[in-house]
Amino acid sequence: MTLGAWGTRARRAAVRAGLTLLLWGVGLTFLAPLLAMALISLRPEREATAGGFNVLPRLTGPGGEERSVAGVAYWADLAGAARENYVGAWESPVADFPRYFHNSAFVATMAVVGMVVSSCVVAYGFSRVRWPGRDALFGVVLLTLMVPPAVVVAPQYVLFKWLGWIGTSLPLWAPAWFGGAFGVFLLRQFFMTIPRELDEAARVDGATHVGVLLRVIVPMSAPVIAVVALVQFASVWNDFQGPLLFLNHQSQYTLAVGLQQFHQQHGGTPWNLVMAASVIVVAPVMLLYVLLRGTLTRGEVAGGVKE
Amino acid sequence: MTRARRELFTGLAMVSPWVVGTLVFFAGPAVVSAVLSLTDSTLLEPPVWVGAGNYVELAGDGLFWRCLRNTVVFAVASAAGSVVLSVALALLLEEPLRGRGWVRAVVFAPTLVPAVSACVTWTWLYNPEFGLVNTVARGVGLSGRDWLGDARLALPALIVMGLWTIGTSLLVATAALGGVPRSLYEAADLDGVSRWGRVRHVTLPLIAPAVLFNAVMGVIWGLQVFTPPQVMTRGGPADSTRTLAIYVYSSGFLHGRMGYASAMAWVQVVVAVLAALLLVRFGRRHGFSRGVA
Repeated sequence: MTLGAWGTRARRAAVRAGLTLLLWGVGLTFLAPLLAMALISLRPEREATAGGFNVLPRLTGPGGEERSVAGVAYWADLAGAARENYVGAWESPVADFPRYFHNSAFVATMAVVGMVVSSCVVAYGFSRVRWPGRDALFGVVLLTLMVPPAVVVAPQYVLFKWLGWIGTSLPLWAPAWFGGAFGVFLLRQFFMTIPRELDEAARVDGATHVGVLLRVIVPMSAPVIAVVALVQFASVWNDFQGPLLFLNHQSQYTLAVGLQQFHQQHGGTPWNLVMAASVIVVAPVMLLYVLLRGTLTRGEVAGGVKE
Repeated sequence: MTRARRELFTGLAMVSPWVVGTLVFFAGPAVVSAVLSLTDSTLLEPPVWVGAGNYVELAGDGLFWRCLRNTVVFAVASAAGSVVLSVALALLLEEPLRGRGWVRAVVFAPTLVPAVSACVTWTWLYNPEFGLVNTVARGVGLSGRDWLGDARLALPALIVMGLWTIGTSLLVATAALGGVPRSLYEAADLDGVSRWGRVRHVTLPLIAPAVLFNAVMGVIWGLQVFTPPQVMTRGGPADSTRTLAIYVYSSGFLHGRMGYASAMAWVQVVVAVLAALLLVRFGRRHGFSRGVA
């Protein structure tokens, strides 16, 4: 019997070890592309196309002798190569990354602010105000959530051309000021969970709907608003098709289109520069995600609502 | 004004931005594109009515059928792959294993990576000479291949790359798993059901609606695929990765045939709607949609 119990325990441990190995394998596989991007952006051009698994590149001194990883010279050279890559990409004569960055930041900011403000107001209208036909119309919101925007790009082009928006950044952010199905849906679902007594108390005190929205609903919904903002930021920052279709001059390019042009122009050859540019494009989204993760997972706001 | 009247007024005013936005930027363009699809519009000259001409031309356009096939293969394969992988991964992450936290984070992270950055990185990964994929393949004794340069491999390579961004499907699957009542697992344990039997008979039926949701969204989005084939392979080699969205873009925006492109966009919509209906029907027949609204 003891032997049997020991056997089961050993088997369970083996299964657990196997599953852990599998989990780490999956993790490493998902991490590998990001890791490759980061590592290649830090090495000299020759080493970017060397192949192999080496995390650290092979560096040689002025006389052709190989530098040792243990030596200070190695790390000084490595830092120099990394710096050269990033400066090289940022100040590249064939791409204007500072401008693309500025354009992306502008478009993303306008789109995020518009989306958050409008979606809050619309979601409030769909959850806190009682009017006939409200829930039927909300059904339509859900329906449009299923339809991808790519379907209407061609006629949207016609519309934007008619409005005189082609060649400006307006098509990329102005529609966000009318709210979006995803944001409205998420915020409305959350608003529904906020006890009505709270806003009714405020209304008795003479607050208007707008007052209730600003002083009761919005402060309690910070984490959900953060989710809507992050998703909107990522989708605008990452958008490639929109800028490709609606912009017509390099000076208006966003980072996504700029990076694609940069990659194409180089035919993918100086991979160290292309990857450095790629990191510049990825970094702000990742940074925002890391910064907002705390807000997103902090349970205290949701907990306060439930009590 | 009565109170009910005032509430109606306020409610309508508050939702009006969404109503106006949807009409102007979505419903309006959809109607316009339906009309355009019946003309030979080039945006430069006044359009001429051609009736069903564009659709007839599509039916005889070999490249269109090629694109449609590529698009459907891509959408179905990536939706199927991401559904299976996300459920498997969600189940694995349920287990109390070391390193769950960082794995969850690195699986979600790629969903935030801008598509163009992902494309650039995967172009390097797939490089036949120094790419990581071939380095790994050679490491385990396989021969390296020109993943993006081989007409038989390019589309599968893009499908595999798409699985890198299953983070959102994983979120949905994980949330569904969290909703399975513990008591059911305990009941299954009392009945002496094996680990796999528990997954098969308790977990999967209960998370089926979420799986169906992932499948429908996966197919709908897969049918619109544009950026990876446009940036990485330009639809090649030999049109093996040319998708409907790319063809819409090239005929409408590069060759100015807006009428033809609009007709194609409508075919794209119809295919998406059909696929979604088919999936929902299949789900209903097999009890997948139990508990969904």
